[in-house]
Amino acid sequence: MADEVTLSIHRGTQESGSMVEYKVPRQPGMVILDAVHSVQAMHAPDLACRWNCKAGKCGSCSGEVNGKPRLMCMDRVDKYPAGETITVRPMKTFPIIKDLVTDVSWNYEVNKKIPPFKPKAGTDWKFSQEEANRIQEFRKCIECFLCQDVCHVLRDHSKKEKFGGPRFLVRAASLEMHPIDDDDRLEVVRKELGVGLCNITKCCTEVCPEHIHITDNAIIPLKERVVDRHYDPVLWLWRKVTGKG
Amino acid sequence: MNKYEQHEYDVMVVGAGGAGLRAAIEASAHGAKTALVCKSLLGKAHTVMAEGGVAAALASADARDSWQVHFRDTMRGGNFLNQWRMAQLHAQEAPDRVRELQEWGAVFDRTKDGGILQRNFGGHTYPRLAHVGDRTGLEMIRTLQDKGIHQGIDVFMECTIRSLLKDGDRVAGGFGYWRETGRFVLFNAKAVVLATGGIGRCWEISSNSWEYTADGHAMAMWAGADLVDMEFIQFHPTGMVWPPSVRGTLITEGVRGEGGVLKNKDGERFMFRNIPEMFRGDYAETEEEADRWVASVIANERPDARRPPELLKRDVVARAIRREVIAGRGSPHGGVFLDIASKRTPEEIVRKLPGMYHQFKELADVDITKDPMEVGPTCHYMMGGVRVNPETQESTVPGLFAAGEVSGGMHGANRLGGNSLSDLLVFGKRAGEFAAKHAKGMDSFPSINQGEVESFAREALGPFDPAEGENPYTIHEDLRTMMQRRVGIVRSEDDLRFALEELGRLRERAGRVKSGGNIQYNPGWHLALDLWNMIDISEAVTRAALTRTESRGGHTREDFPETDKEWGKRNLVIRKPGDEIIVAEEPLAPMPEDLQALVNKAD
Repeated sequence: MADEVTLSIHRGTQESGSMVEYKVPRQPGMVILDAVHSVQAMHAPDLACRWNCKAGKCGSCSGEVNGKPRLMCMDRVDKYPAGETITVRPMKTFPIIKDLVTDVSWNYEVNKKIPPFKPKAGTDWKFSQEEANRIQEFRKCIECFLCQDVCHVLRDHSKKEKFGGPRFLVRAASLEMHPIDDDDRLEVVRKELGVGLCNITKCCTEVCPEHIHITDNAIIPLKERVVDRHYDPVLWLWRKVTGKG
Repeated sequence: MNKYEQHEYDVMVVGAGGAGLRAAIEASAHGAKTALVCKSLLGKAHTVMAEGGVAAALASADARDSWQVHFRDTMRGGNFLNQWRMAQLHAQEAPDRVRELQEWGAVFDRTKDGGILQRNFGGHTYPRLAHVGDRTGLEMIRTLQDKGIHQGIDVFMECTIRSLLKDGDRVAGGFGYWRETGRFVLFNAKAVVLATGGIGRCWEISSNSWEYTADGHAMAMWAGADLVDMEFIQFHPTGMVWPPSVRGTLITEGVRGEGGVLKNKDGERFMFRNIPEMFRGDYAETEEEADRWVASVIANERPDARRPPELLKRDVVARAIRREVIAGRGSPHGGVFLDIASKRTPEEIVRKLPGMYHQFKELADVDITKDPMEVGPTCHYMMGGVRVNPETQESTVPGLFAAGEVSGGMHGANRLGGNSLSDLLVFGKRAGEFAAKHAKGMDSFPSINQGEVESFAREALGPFDPAEGENPYTIHEDLRTMMQRRVGIVRSEDDLRFALEELGRLRERAGRVKSGGNIQYNPGWHLALDLWNMIDISEAVTRAALTRTESRGGHTREDFPETDKEWGKRNLVIRKPGDEIIVAEEPLAPMPEDLQALVNKAD
């Protein structure tokens, strides 16, 4: 029926879960998160789902809608063909706690490995908007972890021990490119975050709801800086194929 | 040995928005073993949604600014009901707190000579809001978060504190549960800082997230602390009104700060006829003058015109919008029009207001570089809260501190935009510092009363008991609809009395709530428990609103439309000593003459 939305939502834990179908009334402008909230209110009060701002600013409600990584609060229901069931699953890269909620604590551990901002001694704190622009792009990140979710190195190869993921390469870049910063994080970027494992397929850039040019503006410049000190075969190949850099 | 997981800390901070993070950083810097306990993941608290900026008299965009002018603006904004010492400390210390954020890595937008750029905002005499486009709150929370994780603070994410524990008169810690497992957890702490934010989930149309369920306000009241100014709720003038999915979602005041204008359906800029007596002479009186002001702001020059009346303080603008809608001059979906497209180029709009641009494009199918937005008031901020010592942020309960939105006094009857982020920093720091000092002054941990813990545990499991019972979402929805209608922007004795009766019925229904499911990550159960906070605090608001028989700031009485000088000498204090919530009138603290002279200037 056109005035209804049918959702198939993951219910259960990592060990035992299944897809359960729900129908809720369709509202103008409805987003997937609204539909999930309607399911909670009408059918399943205990359906677990994270959310906060409901305006694409906090990055809490990440999930996979019809298999695509999305912020549920910014994903319009009317984008999907009427009458077709919409599937909503938790992010695949992280262990499921319950229903749509995953354990993302690993990300917070990676963040701790990155040395904090260290201002130059005696700085007058003056820098231009143009200098600011470069890192403000990275600082738009809302930590939705969709880039981590979609990254092959983490999603398909489970290399969480060796690779920090796009989110934290972006964070490292925001510090490395800060005009007042005086630290050197390249060894951390190479060893701890494993920048060399990124094979620049740009999947992270494609899913970023903040439209950060993760690969081009953060990861490749970091790879270049690292390669100035160490040899990186992927970057060598990239240069060979594209003639760039 | 212990039945429940238990932790010992010098300082426990509840809430990890701007105030909680800043308090935890400071407590930890003073050598206190510090726990930061938050309901959501770190970095997702309400601060992240703040858009426009942080107010501080840095005087980098206009050299005439000073703490004295900021103080005066804040007091006028609050209709002089503010705790003057808090307003003074806030104005004096905000610039250092903002510079400190920069030193911790925050990247504010820049002036031409490379300093911190400041933008105009409602009620602020000079451009005063340091900002990052329209995502200042994100910049602030991320900066504090990244500072905090290297500071040795223990963070307890997705852990909800339900009740404060007491040892005699003083605070002894908190009782709560892990959202993931539903297991109970006890914190034994020498000092507790509440930084739990606001109460906006009690209203239907609200810019607030699920977290804003009045936890801190209720826990403090239950623990015997005084609340103050509870009748003053800020309805932000510009929330989205269409489609229903985004009704109430915030549109930053920065849109008006960047030149946006409000129009009714006849295309009239109605704010010109809505300038209150107190502000007459301070605002442009013709469109030509207002346009000249915008032109100078765009050109980065000192304006020779007065500012547009769209930049009046929030309570004034919200009421004016409501009047237009009621008079039948509203937009198709019951708001008015906010137009920036005719004032700035598309490139400027996308650069200065990227969040607003995407929000409207993706959620409302409106291109704000071409068409006006439809806007209307949305419940946004609680001025009232825990009554604190202005220097230390300690409540009337020894060892219990409060900072940010959960505390009261700083903003009086109405908060100026931008004064919230600065409030979080200034008083978050103070609360952390004095909580750490309080803890240092104690030789041993306060003792925990196991009987009290057991009664909290029983109470918390209540919603699993009934075989038959009501859905928590239904009760919550009914509460929100009722508060919106009866205790909204404009109130009357009849409505408020009706609300009190209704709250009694809702309390009974909440006693029969059934959450369903099990204790693991169960939002139905969490909401069932939150109903108690929301119903009690809604009653506190309603009783205060009934007592104050005048209109002032965020409290408007249809039956008492005038501002009354006598009421301007008194705050209302709320207490719950037994089963009843009671209201007491207390005189304002007398203001020193030099500050009084600042406030009186040119009035």
